Amino acid sequence: MKENKNIDHELGNIIDRNPTTRREFLKRLGGGITILFLFGDPLVLEAQRRTSEYPDDFNAYLRIGVDGIVTCFSGKIEMGQAVITSLAQMLAEELDVSLSSVDMVMGDTDICPYDRGTFGSRSIKYFGPALRAAAAEARAVLIELAAEYLKISKDRLITKEGIIFDKSQNKNQVTYAQLAKGKIIERHLKEKATLKAVSEFTIIGKPVLRSDSLEKVTGKAKFAGDIRLPDMLHARILRPPAHDAKLKNVDTSPAEKIDGVQIVRDGDLIAVLHKNPDEAEKALIQVKAQFDLPEVKVDDKTIFKHLINAAGEGDIVASGGNLQNGEKLSSTVFEEMYLNSYVAHAPIETHTAVAKIENDKATVWVSTQGPFRVKEQVARVLGFPSQNVRVITPFVGGGFGGKNSSNQALEAARLAKLTGKPVQVAWSRAEEFFYDTFRPAAVVKIKSGITNSGKIALWDYNVYFAGERGSQQFYDVPHHQTVVTGGWGGGPGSHPFPTGAWRAPAVNTNTFARESHIDIMASKAGIDPLEFRLKNLTNERMKRVLRAAAEKFGWTPKKAPGGRGWGIVCVDYLNTYVAAAAEVEVDKKNGNVQVKRVVCAQDMGIVINPEGARMQIEGCITMGLGYALTEEIHFKGGEIFDLNFDTYEISRFSWLPKIETILIDNPELAPQGCGEPAITCMGGLIANAIYDATGARLFQLPMTPERIKEAMKNN
Amino acid sequence: MQETISFNLNDKPIHLTVDSERMLLWVLRSDLGLTGTKYGCGEAFCGACTVLVNNKAVRSCQFPVKDVKGKEVITIEGLSKNGKLHPIQEAFIKHDALQCGFCTPGMILNACSLLYENPQPTQSEIIQGMNDNLCRCGAHTRIVQAIQDAANEMKGGRVK
Ligand code: FES
Ligand code: FES
Repeated sequence: MKENKNIDHELGNIIDRNPTTRREFLKRLGGGITILFLFGDPLVLEAQRRTSEYPDDFNAYLRIGVDGIVTCFSGKIEMGQAVITSLAQMLAEELDVSLSSVDMVMGDTDICPYDRGTFGSRSIKYFGPALRAAAAEARAVLIELAAEYLKISKDRLITKEGIIFDKSQNKNQVTYAQLAKGKIIERHLKEKATLKAVSEFTIIGKPVLRSDSLEKVTGKAKFAGDIRLPDMLHARILRPPAHDAKLKNVDTSPAEKIDGVQIVRDGDLIAVLHKNPDEAEKALIQVKAQFDLPEVKVDDKTIFKHLINAAGEGDIVASGGNLQNGEKLSSTVFEEMYLNSYVAHAPIETHTAVAKIENDKATVWVSTQGPFRVKEQVARVLGFPSQNVRVITPFVGGGFGGKNSSNQALEAARLAKLTGKPVQVAWSRAEEFFYDTFRPAAVVKIKSGITNSGKIALWDYNVYFAGERGSQQFYDVPHHQTVVTGGWGGGPGSHPFPTGAWRAPAVNTNTFARESHIDIMASKAGIDPLEFRLKNLTNERMKRVLRAAAEKFGWTPKKAPGGRGWGIVCVDYLNTYVAAAAEVEVDKKNGNVQVKRVVCAQDMGIVINPEGARMQIEGCITMGLGYALTEEIHFKGGEIFDLNFDTYEISRFSWLPKIETILIDNPELAPQGCGEPAITCMGGLIANAIYDATGARLFQLPMTPERIKEAMKNN
Repeated sequence: MQETISFNLNDKPIHLTVDSERMLLWVLRSDLGLTGTKYGCGEAFCGACTVLVNNKAVRSCQFPVKDVKGKEVITIEGLSKNGKLHPIQEAFIKHDALQCGFCTPGMILNACSLLYENPQPTQSEIIQGMNDNLCRCGAHTRIVQAIQDAANEMKGGRVK
């Protein structure tokens, strides 16, 4: 096997791991006291950050104020996934403070621990353990300090809600706040602090409402575009009509005549600035530009053929047995191809940034999923040392992977430098669509076989340009191979515009293909699709989620198509297991699909906030209706035709099925991810249900009414 | 054309001298600093910019400021009264009816308008009435529940 060039880099190949200075952190918080002192040697800390994902010093994660408020620092950002609440729960649990006493500071590169970015359902799974360990150590250290303060043995001390007291004499007590006094705590444990056992949890695992609601329902919540600075200008930037178009000539003079307008030209960057964004926009329309368009090589119809042709040699990422033997064992062999179109992230908040440069220091407020990476990029584009750049991430209005890339911040930074004023760049909806790093168009080819008794004997899986994640099947198949060609970032000669990670990257495509194909085999074998799956699974955890979903759904066995419009699927998303069952209604005249009901069971190990988890699953199901049924970017070469929500249709209230969620109790397993897994069900789930309703099999996402009518005709 | 426009904004009289063809959204966000009203699409497709004009939801990205002359404009910042949240805001909190929160101000004000016209809507009337407000995070089910709940709470009483 060759070196794997398809590693799932959520960020493409730019992963910056440069640490940040602590100076500003200390300045802001005011360090140094008796029991407590300044931070460790910055160089040591830097080295530590380079080698490990998260710092060891618990002070990097939390700070106990004189008022008893515990500030939690996380390099993660809040874009709707409610980690602002679940991370606070993890901290409160281990530190033993009330949840309401925790304040979250997120995504500020000057004061939060370095983080690669918020993506891949990793916040709870990977940052969570570091945060819990920090809180547990802080609590243990506070007990030591309390023992000295109260002059009693630490074995006699217990903690509750930020107070340490003598077990036998309640009144003999001291608070965390009294001990920490808002300062950095010098002392550390020699050994690792013990974490609480699941049975001891009083905050983790309890459903709590999200903590940012009040700000968000009153309009007080600040997003990047809500930052207002004195003398700030709004920039609108001249854009090409197509990707790779070259500017031939430009005339900015009519725009220059407009009152209050400033024009900036710096190489490829031509911007119109005004104190009001709408007036900048009006002036931009006056800028006359001509572009040379590149030759059109591909469009939304020819793209799949093009991709297959562009594909190099793939990598075998899984294999077992021998494919020829598998074919020999098979009584029926199946060969199918599955396609999915380009899909946009389309967060309601467009990419936005505000940059301010004072002397040699830049501060940038950015709607981004990767503040630390933006910091390095801004430093590079400005020619500043990276410690002179601070990125602050206000609330982010949806990301879904689209805000891993944050070029708007570089544009704002450049313009702030060029104008000497704070500059806001807020992409228009058209820019948001045009510059999206789309979920790639992709192709999956599967050849499989079953024995007379309905056992899968052969599985030969080839995926092109979706990505590796979720490509490996989990059924009990003796002879199998999975080959992955091209990742979701594409590569030279593949896509006509940038592509990238889209909520549960690769796995939406891979699950659609696999679970559709499993159904095709089940139907041919004359076996109920649930039964067929159970029969071909040995993984007990997977069987359990399947059964849980089926039971709540009220599944009864019937071979498909059974005319009921029922579908079922299961998926392993980075060790979160999901199964879903659905009922759809298909209007056979016009091909319209109404999803009536979705039951979704998820096993993600220990659940931090059941309410938050359910909210994420519901969000996944609702958002996933879009890529399953309507979402598709139409294009010709580098020209994008879908530039607003009129032609690019995302889920609406009237599409809503009844959604029921089941959280599988699995305290044995550490918390896994939750923000993405359930969305991966939606393509296959609806495809299977449509088949059950109509007998027509859909091989391409989205399953538009036209494609459904077409499939019914060919049926 | 520069013009002085007088209207009531969040229960306070206001006089503005602006180019009256400009869209209300930008006047609110830039000139008046009321950033709770959001830009989502600029073409009346998403509802993120929804505000109330005389208790009716309008899309401020396509609503020239000259059209608010002499009218009552309520933005998300003006919905709570004397520090007390509007029942719809309360219900959104209680039901976790939001995720990223970017569509939320528009959702809440559209719901206000809906309940003003139809104080006791059925579930399908709520769905119908909210259908043109987009939410990418998928908070829809909870938004419907929240509006239902708020309607019951308000018991048909017209709480503005
Ligand atoms: S911004 Fe006005 S409707 Fe979308
Ligand atoms: S909550 Fe994010 S768009 Fe609705």
